[in-house]
Amino acid sequence: MASNKEILISPIFVNNPIALQILGICSALAVTSKMTTTLTMCASVIAVISCSNLAVSCIRNFIPGSIRIIVQMAIIASLVIVVDQVLKAFLFSVSKDLSVFVGLIITNCIVMGRAEGFAMKNGPLESLLDGFGNGLGYSVVLIFVAFIRELFGFGKLFDLTVFTPVTAGGWYAPNGLMVLPPSAFFIIGLFIWILRTAKPDQVEKEG
Amino acid sequence: MLEHYVSLFLKAVFVENMALAFFLGMCTFLAVSKKVKTSVGLGIAVIVVQGITVPVNNIIYQGLLNEGALWWLGLEDVDLRFLGLISYIGVIAALVQILEMTLDRFFPALYNALGIFLPLITVNCAILGGSLFMVERDYNFPESVVYGLGSGVGWALAIAALAGIREKLKYSDVPDGLKGLGITFITVGLMALGFMVFSGIQL
Repeated sequence: MASNKEILISPIFVNNPIALQILGICSALAVTSKMTTTLTMCASVIAVISCSNLAVSCIRNFIPGSIRIIVQMAIIASLVIVVDQVLKAFLFSVSKDLSVFVGLIITNCIVMGRAEGFAMKNGPLESLLDGFGNGLGYSVVLIFVAFIRELFGFGKLFDLTVFTPVTAGGWYAPNGLMVLPPSAFFIIGLFIWILRTAKPDQVEKEG
Repeated sequence: MLEHYVSLFLKAVFVENMALAFFLGMCTFLAVSKKVKTSVGLGIAVIVVQGITVPVNNIIYQGLLNEGALWWLGLEDVDLRFLGLISYIGVIAALVQILEMTLDRFFPALYNALGIFLPLITVNCAILGGSLFMVERDYNFPESVVYGLGSGVGWALAIAALAGIREKLKYSDVPDGLKGLGITFITVGLMALGFMVFSGIQL
């Protein structure tokens, strides 16, 4: 049995949900063009995944196997509606930017995958930590991608100009490719390359 | 009239391809595309689920949730659109569960091949995305049938194409760290750039 600390830390680097389990890619592509939206998205995902893991784990012994998916979906969908309402109440402008993607947290496979793969088999505390850790692992990749895309695509970070673009009389010519969604694929691909070069045991076998 | 449906279908398959133009359903798209055979099986499952859920959600939206849809109960000004997300996902989850049981009973080989990814169709963004686009564009019932099938076919085509490329890639010499997932990401990025060609086409 892994210790609580391992459960929390390992999803961040050793067993990263995006880089290794290939879960939750859709939102990783859609929200990473700016740092502000990315951070809000990460916070929402961490909140939803921790709470859903906790809730699923608490009632795991009462869920009949054949309807487990629909029960998990109901829990996750309710949590997402809560997060959506909270964002609308306190961070209206950011929630406007994010509107569609907050709804898409429901279909974020990390949330569902952890509920199905971990919370159904483990106690509430471990599940909460696992959810939090996986949320952090997801955030690390997203923030990395968003940092590169906003810096090179617009020359900005958090909407503050870092590189003055040519159009404003500066020296930096913004890289249009970084603004387009396919660039996120290339960046995540390269991120995985770096991660696996550093940790050769994660290299996939020919199959 | 027929042209309208044909062009809607073609638009859903190519111009607005779920996987390569909107990047929906990426998790399964990347994970189950190692073999053409499995990915075609998954593609068919997605076409079936998409072809059923979009029209069903259309009935629910037009008949129950939309503003003024409850006129037949005498509740003209009830607006239940905020319940949209949870109703659509409920329909999808129920259908996937039924499909899972049917496959387990009648097609065990396909059931085993799809493994964990069959339950994950529920969280396939392409399926929920299809229903959300249907609501956003205000399709009527026949349009939603055509759109559901078209977007499913487009997704299935994309995953079959990617699986074909990945089968060929097995023979190439990829750097160690990029093997498997890494090179797949870069391939999909290139395919997506290619599909941007369709983005301006008017039908």
